[in-house]
Amino acid sequence: MNITEKILARASDRNTVTPDDVIFAKVDKVMIHDVSGPGVIKVFDKLKNQGIDTSKLYDPSKVWVAEDHFVPSAEKISAENIVKLSEFTHQYGIKKHFKYGMGQYGICHTLSHEEALVLPGEVYVGGDSHTNTTGGLGAFACGLGHTDVAYVLLNGEIWFKVPETLYFKLNGKLPEHVMAKDFILKIIGDIGTDGGAYNAMQFGGSGIDEMSIESRLTLKNMTTEAGAKNGIIEADQKTVDYLQQRGVNNINQIKSDDDADYAKFFEYEASEIEPIVAKPYSPENITQVRDVSSVELDKAYIGSCTGAKYEDLLAVAKILKGRKVKIRTEILPAAISIYKRAMQDGLLQIFIDSGAMVGPPTCGACCGAHMGVLAKDEICISTTNRNFPGRMGHIESQTYLASPLVVAASAVTGKITDPRDLN
Amino acid sequence: MKGNVIKYERDNIDTDVIIPGTYLKIHDYDELAKHAMEGLDPEFHSKVNDGDFLLAGKNFGCGSSREHAPIALSTCGIKAVIAVSFARIFYRNSVDGAFLLPIEIDEKTYQTISNNDELEINIEKNEIKNISKNETYSMKPFSEIIAKIISAGGLFKYKK
Repeated sequence: MNITEKILARASDRNTVTPDDVIFAKVDKVMIHDVSGPGVIKVFDKLKNQGIDTSKLYDPSKVWVAEDHFVPSAEKISAENIVKLSEFTHQYGIKKHFKYGMGQYGICHTLSHEEALVLPGEVYVGGDSHTNTTGGLGAFACGLGHTDVAYVLLNGEIWFKVPETLYFKLNGKLPEHVMAKDFILKIIGDIGTDGGAYNAMQFGGSGIDEMSIESRLTLKNMTTEAGAKNGIIEADQKTVDYLQQRGVNNINQIKSDDDADYAKFFEYEASEIEPIVAKPYSPENITQVRDVSSVELDKAYIGSCTGAKYEDLLAVAKILKGRKVKIRTEILPAAISIYKRAMQDGLLQIFIDSGAMVGPPTCGACCGAHMGVLAKDEICISTTNRNFPGRMGHIESQTYLASPLVVAASAVTGKITDPRDLN
Repeated sequence: MKGNVIKYERDNIDTDVIIPGTYLKIHDYDELAKHAMEGLDPEFHSKVNDGDFLLAGKNFGCGSSREHAPIALSTCGIKAVIAVSFARIFYRNSVDGAFLLPIEIDEKTYQTISNNDELEINIEKNEIKNISKNETYSMKPFSEIIAKIISAGGLFKYKK
């Protein structure tokens, strides 16, 4: 069995599973946030009306809550959702509720690794599609809707069809100026936004071994954009070190068997990967950065679970140090812990000196919610994960998706810019 | 199940189009319905009659896990989305929450059915009858678990 199959077999008390088996998997961790949480509360209300018992969760210690989409509260509806969420966690005895303005908080997927909330080998479901991110630590991590998450909260398990696994091998180390974001955009361009649909996308090879944990998380984050059920990378010594730094020991380094089956293999040479952008209006609509270097921009956005981790901010600072931005540039670290490190290490100083704005952790404009949404005809280059029509604001705005290095270089010139071409 | 078709000749109709992100804070179903398909057709809400079917190409519902998407469509009156293929979270949200039926057809059937055609869907026979064109097509059968959840009336009513 491969790693996804092994985790699902363990979670469903079977010796073995094969693709297309329908199983009920026991869930180790569950996440809700300020959009899916109120959605779950609505489902609970419906269930109560049907006489279904919603008085207790299966295990409140396995549940954690993030406030990220509409925070700081955008207006009164979102403010009320935050109040409801607090009432819910209080009522059900959920202790891990990361509240904004009360210490550590941030984007749910970023907290999952910053706070070591999910561990290798676990089954983790979240009320958000980018839950796939945490597969970068070697967990089975999968996004679900409100009804399914409500079912998990009450029953501790959920049905899955065991996915077929696509294996992506990366040979060699990515070149300087090329980031994990470029690699995953390249893959989505190659296989399409449904190229991984219903499948597991497992990554390995020397290029993955070389990569930092944060880069691996970027890769897994955007397996969602290929339609994957989960993305996964086997835990290794780097994973162990990363989690130990966060106070977790006894880590299960579950790995695929040598004779594991994969539905399809893809192989990439790291040295051949160039800086990539995804043009409007799809993450699969990719081209090399140099092919669109005449496009004039209105804004650069550096934020989200995809592109505002510490390493992403470090890449941005490398470009912005001693330079000025030419267009509106917004930088929103993905969690308070990252914000703090960026402050201690002088990155925020570099950002502000360049003319960029630094904002609080939030999903914000990435999902067109608030805090920097786009006007009609505005063109933005962004470290985020989606660029569908209207994704970041007006239906006739445009978003180009790129790596933190490309977005920062573009902020400096006001045009889409390959970092290798920056003076 | 009988209804008229509202057809969008597009692949990859994503959840940002079905219900834009700014409405994710809303959990009132009637309010969400007013904004269904706003990213593609702001008049959608007023076009739909109760029982209508939405027809589109491949990878319908790709993008986010927002259950708001099937909720907005079903509250408008859409009883089934007929598409060449579906993104996985939209598909399971539609079924597990018992909001609407996600029905998969082949590319040729998708091309053949026109906007405003009257259809009758028979999920026992895996058959779609086009009353307007006097034609019959097959639909892809539901997998066993999906068929059971649909017939139970959603995941919470399904007994393992």
